[in-house]
Amino acid sequence: MTRTVTIDPVTRIEGHAKITLYLGDDGKVADARFHVVEFRGFEKFCVGRSFWEMPGITARVCGICPVSHILASAKAGDNILGVRVPPRAEKLRRLMNWGQLVQSHALSFFHLSAPDLLLGMDSDPATRNIMGLIQNNPSVARSGIRLRQFGQEVIRLLGGKSVHPAWAVAGGVRDPLTAEDRNQIKRMLPEAFDIAELALDLLKDSYDKFESETPVYGDFPSLFMGLVTPDGGLEHYDGLLRVVDEDGRVLENVNPSDFRRFVGEAVEPWTYLKFPYYKPLGYPQGMYRVGPLARLNVCDFAGTPRADRELRQFRRYGQRGKPVTGSFHYHYARLIEILFSLERIEETLADESLLGTHVRSISDVNESRGIGVSEAPRGTLFHEYEVDGNGILQKVNMIIATGQNNLAMNRTVQQLARAYVNGDGLSEGVLNRIEHGIRLYDPCLSCSTHAVGQMPMHVQLRAPDGALVQEIIRD
Amino acid sequence: MAVITVTINDELVSGRTGQSLLELVRERGIDLPTLCHLDGLEERGGCRLCMVEVGATNRLAAACVTPAQEGMVIYTHSERLVRYRRMILELLFAERNHVCAVCVMNGRCELQREAYTIGMDHVRYDYLTPDLPMDASHERFVIDHNRCILCTRCVRVCDSVEGAHTWDVMGRGVNCRVITDLHQPWGSSRSCTSCGKCVQVCPTGALHAKGSSVAEMVKHHDFLQWILDGREKKQWATRNGDPVEGGR
Repeated sequence: MTRTVTIDPVTRIEGHAKITLYLGDDGKVADARFHVVEFRGFEKFCVGRSFWEMPGITARVCGICPVSHILASAKAGDNILGVRVPPRAEKLRRLMNWGQLVQSHALSFFHLSAPDLLLGMDSDPATRNIMGLIQNNPSVARSGIRLRQFGQEVIRLLGGKSVHPAWAVAGGVRDPLTAEDRNQIKRMLPEAFDIAELALDLLKDSYDKFESETPVYGDFPSLFMGLVTPDGGLEHYDGLLRVVDEDGRVLENVNPSDFRRFVGEAVEPWTYLKFPYYKPLGYPQGMYRVGPLARLNVCDFAGTPRADRELRQFRRYGQRGKPVTGSFHYHYARLIEILFSLERIEETLADESLLGTHVRSISDVNESRGIGVSEAPRGTLFHEYEVDGNGILQKVNMIIATGQNNLAMNRTVQQLARAYVNGDGLSEGVLNRIEHGIRLYDPCLSCSTHAVGQMPMHVQLRAPDGALVQEIIRD
Repeated sequence: MAVITVTINDELVSGRTGQSLLELVRERGIDLPTLCHLDGLEERGGCRLCMVEVGATNRLAAACVTPAQEGMVIYTHSERLVRYRRMILELLFAERNHVCAVCVMNGRCELQREAYTIGMDHVRYDYLTPDLPMDASHERFVIDHNRCILCTRCVRVCDSVEGAHTWDVMGRGVNCRVITDLHQPWGSSRSCTSCGKCVQVCPTGALHAKGSSVAEMVKHHDFLQWILDGREKKQWATRNGDPVEGGR
């Protein structure tokens, strides 16, 4: 008898999704799918607008990582203008991007995943959320909130507001950084460093608990993609686009605007999320992962002392110097990136050339096509625009980080379901483990965090004739 | 100029003959919303936001185009008027694609300000979501028809202040549009002097400077009074804030 199990909605992720498990006659999982059930349509409705507006419009794709869209969009705009952005503006853009990495990664680790890691996968779902964490471990919860606040403050001080700052524009940024605001960020840094170290300790402590489980949390060979500096260091704003295989061989190391040559997009009728893949290997064999894990796998080194020290430890989870293939280590990679971002922020703030008023290059449409790339917290983000001679958009293509992890997320769900679901009935803790498999990728499916732990989950096992076999309701 | 007495909201008010009801009401410090009206431009009476109740006749009149007359009794903020004003604003929002969050005039838009002031928290009518173009063919300016409320300030300022009459209006009802040079792309207009007055007087983000991003556009109306004072009163400069005749 075949059955279908649906986890709807998936909680503690950003956006709306559900998971379906298909059980075969033997009660074992035959297939598992991660469905994104919302549709945004930005690629369609932005056509006809001007490219100047795009950073502001596309920022609204997401309330967690608007900065990534603003930067990718502004960079696509830079290319349409055909200008060189003032070096100061580039440094300021990088500063904001690091601020965003800190706040978004802190949100993923402390608010969304720490309840599972610290309270336990099988703990009471009613309190397995940030509220439960506040009750059980108030200092950790407070630290997480403070670290996120640091990142948000960096964004606010630069862009005027922490969510959707319309600050980066084609040609540069709108406002320079004042000495006063720079000093304020400096004053907040020591506490942020302390919390980053605390998070690393907490994660390492919880590794023991999950030692037997980590191999089923999405551990499989795949390609990895991310930006690197020209000399191979960890990069989030510009540089070269690198693809490595599961053995660490570099398959691509090119200008990011060449991505079309090797990135294809497939669609499936059961989800609104597209499936990007590495063209030379075809679909779906060309599965690749992006995001913190991928970035640490593609780079040769981080480039800052503390992050490099952690990176050496992180690499021990890979087989004999090969890339780390277990998606559970996304958590670790995320925390290393927080540390890296804080170090880079500290270094950049010490640069006196950061202050000054020339932050925007003025020009008009000089190119009909512009590609902007940035490393969003969740992975590589591409904005690709085609404009007419007046700058009106004729075509918009956005390849979002979460989409690029779509094949890997589906594979992770399948792996977890096959490991834990055997047809003898389902426990809530098992379903939570499957959801956690998705949380590892910190998917950003829309522009809000309204799914913080309080959303109900309704799971039904139904026989092929529709008869209800088992039902689990989480209020 | 004869003095007249008008009753505004049950209060006796003195005015001068030739004054409009809008002038008189605003002189009393009463905030009467307007969108098509702009000091310095001839009146149109098109937006209907400044409607007031006149006398006991249940009649409504647009204050901007109604001369104040001796013995008039008017009400400016009756429950019915507030309801109608909100309805007008909702219809304006429903008619085109006003997305404040990503508009170049967010925070400075007159339409947005009036909607906030009256407490318009939602629109009860179906949005028409028309498929309207942007014309970015002009070297310095852009017209985005999605944000146009057809106040015709641009048409009036271009005709009566600049004297170019580049702007005009075509079509009827929901198909009505402001156009340049008999519906040619703005960039190819031979009458446009690129003075930018139309951009400055536009109450929304419909007309804006090229290259503006979200909430970046700032518009100034002061120039209008300076030009008109110079042209009509020969006042070209100010000294300590007071106008100086002849500019000396």
